[in-house]
Parts: sequence; C-alpha cells; structure tokens
Amino acid sequence: MQSNFLSRFHIVKKAESTGWKPLFLSFLSLVVALIIGGLFILCLGKNPITVYGVIIDGAFKVARTGAYVFKTIGYAIPLVITSIAVSIAFKMKFWNIGAEGQMIAGAIFASYFALFQSQLPHWLLLIIMLIAGAVGGGLLGTIPAFFKCKFDTNETLFTLMLNYIALSFITYLKDGPWSETPGFPGIAKFAANARLDIVGGVHIGWIFTVVLVVLAFVYMRYTKHGYEISVIGDSVNTARYAGMNVNRVILRTMFISGALCGIAGMIQVTGIEHTLGESVAGGRGFTAIIIAWLSRLNPFVCILFSMLFATLTQGCSGSALLKLGLSPAVADILQGMILFVILAFDFFMQYKIVYRRRNDA
Amino acid sequence: MKKHLKLLAVLLALALVFAFTACNKTETPAPGNETVVDPDFKVGVIHISDPAEGAGYTYAHEQGIIAMRDNLGLADEQIIRKINIDDSDAQATKIAIEECIDEGCSIIFGTSFNYMNTMEEMAAEYPDIIFSHGTGYKSNDTNMNNYFGRIYQARYLTGIAAGLKTQSNKIGYVAAMGIDNAEVTGGINAFAMGVASVNPDAKIYVQVTNSWFSPDLEKKAAEALLDMGCDVLGQHCDTTAPQVAAEERGVWGVGYNSDMTKDAPAAHLVAPVWNWGVYYTMATKAAMEGNWTNENYFGDMNDGLIALSPLSENCAEGTADAIEAAKAMILSGEYKVFEGKAIVNGELVDQDLKDNKGNVIVSAGGAVLDDATITGGINWYFENVEA
Repeated sequence: MQSNFLSRFHIVKKAESTGWKPLFLSFLSLVVALIIGGLFILCLGKNPITVYGVIIDGAFKVARTGAYVFKTIGYAIPLVITSIAVSIAFKMKFWNIGAEGQMIAGAIFASYFALFQSQLPHWLLLIIMLIAGAVGGGLLGTIPAFFKCKFDTNETLFTLMLNYIALSFITYLKDGPWSETPGFPGIAKFAANARLDIVGGVHIGWIFTVVLVVLAFVYMRYTKHGYEISVIGDSVNTARYAGMNVNRVILRTMFISGALCGIAGMIQVTGIEHTLGESVAGGRGFTAIIIAWLSRLNPFVCILFSMLFATLTQGCSGSALLKLGLSPAVADILQGMILFVILAFDFFMQYKIVYRRRNDA
Repeated sequence: MKKHLKLLAVLLALALVFAFTACNKTETPAPGNETVVDPDFKVGVIHISDPAEGAGYTYAHEQGIIAMRDNLGLADEQIIRKINIDDSDAQATKIAIEECIDEGCSIIFGTSFNYMNTMEEMAAEYPDIIFSHGTGYKSNDTNMNNYFGRIYQARYLTGIAAGLKTQSNKIGYVAAMGIDNAEVTGGINAFAMGVASVNPDAKIYVQVTNSWFSPDLEKKAAEALLDMGCDVLGQHCDTTAPQVAAEERGVWGVGYNSDMTKDAPAAHLVAPVWNWGVYYTMATKAAMEGNWTNENYFGDMNDGLIALSPLSENCAEGTADAIEAAKAMILSGEYKVFEGKAIVNGELVDQDLKDNKGNVIVSAGGAVLDDATITGGINWYFENVEA
C-alpha cells in the first residue's frame, strides 16, 4: 500500500557513543556548516574565504583599542556561564528556558549595590555584588521550581515567561526610580570602584568563569548532588524509590542553575557594560541553550562552543562585512545557517533513520 | 587581475565623486571657501537601526551623512558606518566605537540617546578623536559636544496642517516617551499649539509607547487612537507604522523624520524633517580643517537643519497659506512658539501659555522659555492635550 510507504521509515536512537567520537563529529559538523555557509556566500557573489577571513580578522585582530581576542572573550564569558547553568538543569530534564531572565535578575541585584553602595571597599563590594547576583538569579530560578514541585506546572513556559517580566523590570527601573536624569530613560555608568578589575586584558570575570567550569564539572560528575540530578533526569520514579527527596533536589538544582545565570548577569554589568540596560542578557540566555546541547552538557566543551559563537558575534560586528557589500542581516543568516547545520548533524549523530521492509513488520 | 579591477573601480568611483562635486561647485560657487579633502580623513557614524528601512530616524541621519559626503567630496570608503547598534547595549556600543577608532576615524557621530554615557567615557579615553553625540545633553570641554535642533518649530507648522484637516476634532499623537521626557512633550505641545492656532475646538490625544523604535508598539498605539475616533495622527517615534495605520483606516497623518508621503501616499499630509546634512557637513568640515570646537549645536529652520517635507495633495485647502504665514513669523524671529504669544486668525497676539491643568506657564506677552527649559524642562501638556 502506497500510504504505508512513509510509515516504514522509523527514527531510531543510536547506541550512546562514547569517548572522543561524538566530540569529533561535533567538530566535523562545524566544518560542514562552514562549507554550506560558504556556498551561501558564493551565491551572494562573494568569495567565502575572504568573508571568513574578515570574520576571523574582526574577532582576533590587534589594533589601537587593544587585541580583539579580548573583546571576543568578553562575549564568550556570559555564554559559558549561562550554558553550564542550563546544562545542570537540563541534566535533571528540567527545561530551564529562563537563563535570560535569571541573568537579568542577577544583573539588577548587583546593579543596586553598584549604583547605591559604591562607597564600600572595592573587594568587599565585588563580593557583595557577586553574592547579590547569585541570589537574584537563584530566586528567579527557584520560583518555577517551587510551582513545579507544588502544582506540577510546566517549567518551560514558566521560566520563559519570567524572562519578559524581568526584562520589563529593567525598563521600569530605567524610566523611573534608577534613571540618571528624570525624563531621560537611562541608568548612569557605575563608579570605577564598582567595576571588575582587568586581569590579563579581560575583566576578572574570566577567572570566575574558569573556576565555575571546573566546579560545575566536578559537581555534576563526582558529587552526590550530581548523582541525584542525573538519576532524577533518567527517572523520577527511580529516584523516589531510591529514597531521594525529589522536590528538594529540584529546588536546590534550580537555585544553583539560576544563581549561575545571575552571576553571569553580575559579570556582564560590572565587567563589560558598567551600566544596566535592557540588552544586558541580549539573547545570551537563549544562545546558552543551544551551546549546552551542542556541548552535550559538558562544561569544558561549553567553553569551545561559546568561543565559536563569540567569534561569529564579534567577527560579524565589524564594518568590514558592510564594506564587502554584505548587509549586517547576512551575518545573522550565516550564523543561523551554521547553527542549523550543526543541529541537523547532531540529530543524525544521535538517531538513525531505518527503512523497514514489508516482511519485517 | 582582480586587484587591478578593484583599483579601476575605486578610481572610477572617485572620478564620479569629483565629477559630482565639480558640478555642485559650478552651480553654487563659494569663493574662498574651498574644502581641502584629506583622503585619509575618516568619519564614523553609529546608527541605531538600518538606513535600508528607507524612512524614519536612521534613514534621515544616513541621508545627512550622504549629503555631508557629497558636499565635502569625500569618498564612501571614508565613511565608517556601524549599523543596528542597540543603544541599550553598552557592550555593542563600546565595541562599535572602538571599531571606528581602529578604522582611523577622526570624528565619530553617535545618533541615538543612550550612546551618550559610553561616548562620554570613550571621549575621555581618546582625547585626539572628536565625539559628537546627537539628542543627548552631555559634552566635555575638549572633544565631545552634542547636537540637536529646534524641531518644535516644524512641529508647530505641521500642527496647522493637522488642525485644518481634522473633521472629528480628535487628533492622535503616538509618543515615544511620556510627560517626563521634555523632547517628546515639548514636541507634542508645539504641535498642539499649531493645531490650536487654526482650530480651537480640536483636542490632541496622546498614546505613549515607551520606545523610540518599535514598529509593533507604534502600530498598536496608532490603532488605539484610531479606535477613539482620531482622524489625524501625529507622531514622535521612529517608524512609519502610525502613518500606515492611518492609511489603512482611510484617515490622515503627520509623519516625522523623513517625508512619509511615499510610505502612506493616501494619508500623509506633511512631516517635520531633519536635514542632518547641514550639521554633519559643518562639523566634519571643521574637523577636517582642524578648527572644530566643542560648542554644542542647536540648529533651527533658519539654518536649514529643520524643515518641512513638501505638503502632499491630502492637505486641506488653505494649508499652504496658513503654514507659510506662520513660518515667516518663525523665520523672522517674531514668533518663538514657547512664549506668551499665539497666532489667532493669522495674527500674532499676546496670550497666556497655559497647560492642560490651567496653570499659566508664560503669562501673556511674557518672554520665550530659555533653551535649557525647552530641551529639558517641558513636563506639562498644552491646554488642548488630553493624555
């Protein structure tokens, strides 16, 4: 029967491959993505090698205002932290789509101290802002976890919608209570005392990031908490049978996930922007989700993919692309295409399509 | 071979530019005022959106940049454009400015309000580069100024067109910001005074979007006003959305920034427009010749910075005459809008300037508000405004 033809194709999960193979395939997918992106550039009548060269140059050149690799790393830092944050939640199969809002909450909490308590001793202030950021993000992350435990609400929608509330709260602060000059929406730049120090060309947030990556890796791989998270992720019932307090683990894990995002927000406002604006998260919380998947929830691999995305962001931001006659929208399309190919690759690495003959059924 | 072609292309482009400037010069000879073009001189401009939108705020600025380029005979390679730089994103703003610096720009124009604080910091860090910021209020003593203009003069005149056109006597106004923002609120008041000068019965209804650039919110605000029965929409926001919404309902509108008759041909009456090229030419020329000063710039209709787009065929009869008469009074300095005078039946008379709560802002015959108040202190609505 003709209508049964398509139904004979089945999507089957492949056996979990281990070791370096999945990682190698991830990078192979990147190469294929670049080739397909190159074909797109060719269709626009430009030389792909020139365009990629321009992007690399835009992300790594050295010029009067400093080495651009530091600007690129600046873009990567919040991506790394938010992607490990969502990785921890995803491991538990808790779909935290709220990294954006949790990052904003952390940024708002930290900004309060940066704006109104900037007379405190520098290091004390930084530590307070770090804690404030973690608490802000953690609280916002705990709200949907609480409702999940209590009323079994859908955490995907809940965390997603909190993003918009957090974002509107910045607008409220900017227009009113925290406005630098009444009538002009805009928050003042932070005092020098409330800014992260520069260490080795980049704000000190990069050291926090490295420490957090190591801690997150150890936490997920070698601690009892990490074990509980992965058991709950595999099967809530198994976890219950084993005597785990599932609700407590969910609340705790979402606090940690949110707190990490909050730290990313704190680092973004005190290390890079030196002020609070609506773009403080700027979609990073969503990019983090993609990075977490591509990295297979491995914090160390998150660094690599975050650098890739940062390179595309910084590399495409230069006016060099515009000068080649490419609209900035082309940069977005290119990024989207690369992403799409990598994700498609990812699908075929995890699943295979099987065609069943009639007598197999 | 490719290199040679490129060189040829550049040479041809240069020849074209020179040919055009040569033409311009024969048309308007300016003896003793020749600009010496420095081929290494570069100008940076930070745009909040993409001029390719073809209308509105960024488009108007880009037209000014192009006018400056052509007036001064610069090659397009000498203009470094940064596009879609969100002004609430301090990281992107800073990197955009740094890229302009690294490209060798000697003067950088920032066109949107929230670039201000980042530009101020960068100006301190790079004292040899000129930072010129539009629409803000910060400057320093050496290398940063701000520029803006008396757009309220043109808004007053467009109010005349709206007042003569309305039949329901309900005029809507899509405002980017609320009463606390003096730029927007002053603009609404000037528009409302223009309306009152020809139509004392009309009321102005304000809808605030809280965003300078949001096609979606602007459309929603416009539709809310149209639902209330407004039949002319004024606007202080960046896109053509209110004009398009008015056209869809078969009513009329007054645009902003650029001539929006091309975007809503059946609805648009006239728009207050900026000829930013007037300032960009002046500032870039001064920077190139080494005599730039950090004086703030506040241009007006006499300078040509502020103008009206051509009146469309949608305007009511008599609009052109009424506008011309009022415009003459503004150009001559006889009428300064925010003072104790008003145009009534075409005559300038002493009259209290009152807000919509009955407070007298300037008593009859009183002097014009000072510039600091006009730019930062108008936080009241004119008497015919309902908000």
